[in-house]
Amino acid sequence: MSIFSTKKSWINLTIWVLIIALIIAAPSVLPVFRLNLLGRYLSLAIVALGVDLIWGFTGMLSLGQGIFFAIGGYCAAMFLQLNSAGEFPNAIPEFFGLYGVEKLPFFWEPFKSSIFTLISIWLLPAIIAGLLGYLVFRNRIKGVYFSILTQAALLVFFNFFNGQQKLINGTNGLKTDVTQLFGQMVGSEIMQRWFFWISAILVILAWFFARWIVRDRFGNILIGIRDDEARVRFTGYNPVIFKTIIFSIAGGLAGVSGALYTVQSGIVSPQFMTVPFSIEMVIWVAVGGRGTLLGAILGAVLINYAKSLVSEALPASWMFIQGGLFILVVTALPEGVLGWIRKGGPKKLLFLIGINKKLETYPSLEVNEQGEVKS
Amino acid sequence: MNSPLLELKQISVSFEGFLALRDLNLILNQGDLRAVIGPNGAGKTTFLDVITGKVAPSKGDVMFKGKSLIGQTEFRIARKGIGRKFQSPRIFENLSVQENLALSVSRPKTPFSLLINSLKVKHLDQIQHLMSIVNLQSKANIRAGALSHGQKQWLEIAMLVGQDPDLLLVDEPVAGLTDEETDLTADLLKSLAGDHTVLVIDHDMEFIRRLDCPVSVLHQGHVLKEGSMSEIQKDPLVIEVYLGKSEEEEE
Repeated sequence: MSIFSTKKSWINLTIWVLIIALIIAAPSVLPVFRLNLLGRYLSLAIVALGVDLIWGFTGMLSLGQGIFFAIGGYCAAMFLQLNSAGEFPNAIPEFFGLYGVEKLPFFWEPFKSSIFTLISIWLLPAIIAGLLGYLVFRNRIKGVYFSILTQAALLVFFNFFNGQQKLINGTNGLKTDVTQLFGQMVGSEIMQRWFFWISAILVILAWFFARWIVRDRFGNILIGIRDDEARVRFTGYNPVIFKTIIFSIAGGLAGVSGALYTVQSGIVSPQFMTVPFSIEMVIWVAVGGRGTLLGAILGAVLINYAKSLVSEALPASWMFIQGGLFILVVTALPEGVLGWIRKGGPKKLLFLIGINKKLETYPSLEVNEQGEVKS
Repeated sequence: MNSPLLELKQISVSFEGFLALRDLNLILNQGDLRAVIGPNGAGKTTFLDVITGKVAPSKGDVMFKGKSLIGQTEFRIARKGIGRKFQSPRIFENLSVQENLALSVSRPKTPFSLLINSLKVKHLDQIQHLMSIVNLQSKANIRAGALSHGQKQWLEIAMLVGQDPDLLLVDEPVAGLTDEETDLTADLLKSLAGDHTVLVIDHDMEFIRRLDCPVSVLHQGHVLKEGSMSEIQKDPLVIEVYLGKSEEEEE
């Protein structure tokens, strides 16, 4: 690690300066439509950070993060719907009238409170992820079985939410853009600018949080679980607890991400829990670089931005490009773009096309006895 | 007289009808160094699996410090003071030598403590000490996966010692080592005995002889004979099942 650390921190610093500069410049440069898109993609970076924690570090490939993403979104949408329900019959959200519901379902009640909502956005998905995770991990289900199980759970939630018209408007979802917050329409330009800032700040906070988790021995145990779970157990650690905690944290991050995405896209619906969407989250992390955190953010933002640009120019071609990108990463860049850059990939590429000359000596001769690179 | 540190009573393990261990009895006292040998398939590794909780015996009991270990999970058994080294080196290859050792010496081994507390000075000193025992000080920040095979074996032994166990179970520590490394490993294990109780499993007769300790011969899941190396080598039964046969194969 020590050999790479100086170089790695330079790469990180450069990327961070770029990100912060972009975030600060974006509101004055981009039209509000583009700004809103960027805000959405920044919020998706938060769920990607969670995927990186459980997959990149701990080695658990979850294909069901859409569950927690959608629950966070529903929490936010229920609050907003209630917040603007005063004008409708029975003072309950308008859609209930379509199904002849006159009394607010009991679980909507607490969402009248903004504090409860702000807490439940991350806590509720975290609790559900924790419970689900504990049951799965306690039975030592891992690898591909874990992936299949999470995808099955995703389908269960998808079908359940789809069918509950009288509770949460079923397949139509809950609209948020025409609701009111602080006397403003949520879909209005000024609100969307605010949500952009909130997303940008929360991405950075989420990165610090994730970094703090993996920085030291806790993160090393996660890597240990990924590489050799039995050794972790025989060293006296209980992997079940560690896996449950990290899965729960990833669930909480997904919830925050889902809530921010919902208020910026104007609606939450069971479409957030479709199978392809949860797989896309994994692709962002794979392309950006597993186990790098920063790669997850880059992957989520850049791939989604590319997606919207490509879809505008060549409507039908995005799926092919995305598939091609994934294949490229799996075959040629197994550590993702960021992992490739950190391992000196660009330099090797320059050798390959003959621009840079190879070193005359062995690299080891340029390393002193302490294993440090001579400057 | 204290009760023995580890006592296996009439242990049997059956894998779908095949008896991997059959009425196995074994007693280890505090500070013992014991070698266990046996031909392939004699049940050597299964026997460690039973002690460490990886495999549940179909019959019998394992007593450690006077308490039964049956039904306990692996990590609880490890926390009670049983450390295990696997046959092929099992270390965390993507962590540095120092990080590997930090995980082994950390206490308590709870998620909260790992996240909130930094490593105590006492533990940092312990890491330095462990690295000096196994001669890895110059490699402290090297990724463990980049070590040579022998260094990996030693790192794993150091991790084991770092857990500060009462009982060390060491499975084939010299497989793939050079003669010189083998001798050093034997000396290392001998120096650990006394403070710790050490049980070594191996095929390498030179190595076992060098350990100079009581030997148990395992055959078809059963203890065939216990005694010193020279006694064992003279025993006609042992020669028949193990030594004689393996010498023929070698030639």
